[in-house]
Amino acid sequence: MFNLSEKARYNWFLVFLMGPATVLVLAVVAYPFFYNVFLSLSNANIYHIKDWRLIGLQQYLSVFREPLFWEILLKTVIWTAVNVIFHVGIGVFLAVVLNQKFIKLKPIWRVILIIPWALPQYIVALTWRGMFNYEYGAINLLLKYFGLSQTGVTWLTSPFEAFLAVIITNIWLGFPFMMVVALGGLQSIPAELYEAADVDGASAWRKFWAVTAPLLKPVMLPAITLGTVWTFNNINVVWLVSNSGEPNDQTHILVSYVYKAAFNMYRFGWAAAFSMVIFMILFTFNRLVLRKAQSNEVY
Amino acid sequence: MNPHTRRILSMIAAYGVLMLFAFIALYPLSQIITISLRPSDKLLSTSLAFIPEGASLKNYEKLLFETPYLRWLFNSLMVSVVVTFTGVALASTAGYAISRFKFRGRKAYMEGLLVTQMFPATMLLLPMYIMLINLKLINSYLGCIIIYSATALPFCIWQMKGYYDTIPVALEEAARIDGCTPWQTFYQVILPLAAPALVITALFSFMTAWNEYIVAAQVLQDVEMFTMPVGLKMFQGQMQTQWGLYAAGALLVSVPVVVLFLALSRYLISGLTLGSVKG
Repeated sequence: MFNLSEKARYNWFLVFLMGPATVLVLAVVAYPFFYNVFLSLSNANIYHIKDWRLIGLQQYLSVFREPLFWEILLKTVIWTAVNVIFHVGIGVFLAVVLNQKFIKLKPIWRVILIIPWALPQYIVALTWRGMFNYEYGAINLLLKYFGLSQTGVTWLTSPFEAFLAVIITNIWLGFPFMMVVALGGLQSIPAELYEAADVDGASAWRKFWAVTAPLLKPVMLPAITLGTVWTFNNINVVWLVSNSGEPNDQTHILVSYVYKAAFNMYRFGWAAAFSMVIFMILFTFNRLVLRKAQSNEVY
Repeated sequence: MNPHTRRILSMIAAYGVLMLFAFIALYPLSQIITISLRPSDKLLSTSLAFIPEGASLKNYEKLLFETPYLRWLFNSLMVSVVVTFTGVALASTAGYAISRFKFRGRKAYMEGLLVTQMFPATMLLLPMYIMLINLKLINSYLGCIIIYSATALPFCIWQMKGYYDTIPVALEEAARIDGCTPWQTFYQVILPLAAPALVITALFSFMTAWNEYIVAAQVLQDVEMFTMPVGLKMFQGQMQTQWGLYAAGALLVSVPVVVLFLALSRYLISGLTLGSVKG
């Protein structure tokens, strides 16, 4: 130990720091990934769980031939876009309001508004499912109380309304994260910029687009990237609010559909191919769109 | 409109917005409280009252003494604590190495970690599930612990790396001149300075494990082995939902995490933004 050169000590220290994390990620993320590639080329299902064999690209063809795949892909894109737009819109809006000088008790408002993020996601989903109940759910009771609906909405039993219910739940869950990121970004904007804008007589609207928005952009973009990926793959909320795709598998996004194919229908090879397709969609999207938007801002 | 009226109007609008969203944020929580207090013959009620008629703590009593709730609590705590320690230990060291050592493949390593965030849950779960079946390791905590640690890790490493980047290198050079070994420099000088990021990493790892349903639902199969999410989901059964038990259980399990989360939310703001800006 004592005769090691500076260089060797440096390398050992690096291995010591990096080794454990790398081994764990390789074992649990990289290895299953390649396993999944093999599965996706195989005929594995409940009857062939140990003796599966490679059959080529058939499973992929079968995924693309499935008409439901394209329908669910469209739903997933809508789901992601609507959620992220509302998360960012509400989050930035609340952050700007909360950042006004005249607001008193800021920490208390902030704490209350973070609660949807603090609550465990599965509890939020299961609770909203109860609130969407046709007869006894709070949403319909409130709608009737305020006279917005005579009969109530069939939230969980009609395909469109059920999908809307899932989206509402997830919007509720996600805006605090964007609000917190935006609040952090707002703190780093120098007050002089707003004072200068005031001198020029700029309106609040104009100040937002000329000062706040451009300076928030570098802070928000990484959060939006991550938010997009997380929302696209968010199986928890969809699965629990719609009780695994009710009514009649009409409320799925890609990842919940493939979960059902794998664990309720045991189509392992097919589900593995489906997973690969989802991953490739996200990966390509990330390469093409987000990296381009990000590269000139963040790095 | 004179400036004074304008100011008053914008104040009213701002407080109005905050109150509306505060109501929206708190309402589902108030629903859980209300339902948990309902007596068993009034669970299905169309009343909007916050404190229900004939409120009682019967649901809590039944939950604690007649269901495996405490057992699930113990299971969840054990899994989450192990995942938290693993996450903090591995992310704080790996993040430091990536921040300070200019080794080859460093950028690719970081991007590789980002790519893992794009894996759909099933892509790792399905192979793991088949492997666990073949190894006869299904229905064990170890499976859950390993999966949670590994899925939380990439985000935690990014987070830690971003924070280390904001700590001046000059501090380490000073420590080295004073005769510290690399380990001492890291452990005694840099790590204490990264406390806010460590808190975020711990919180994130804990919440990942504490709130996970999808993996646990497949890996854990005995009622006795369930973690809290799988257990509570069981109350929303196939035939009939036991709303009282569910709400009481949901409230008891939420309160500690919400308090923890809110107490640490101060760190959350600095930690998250620094991590993401400097990424």
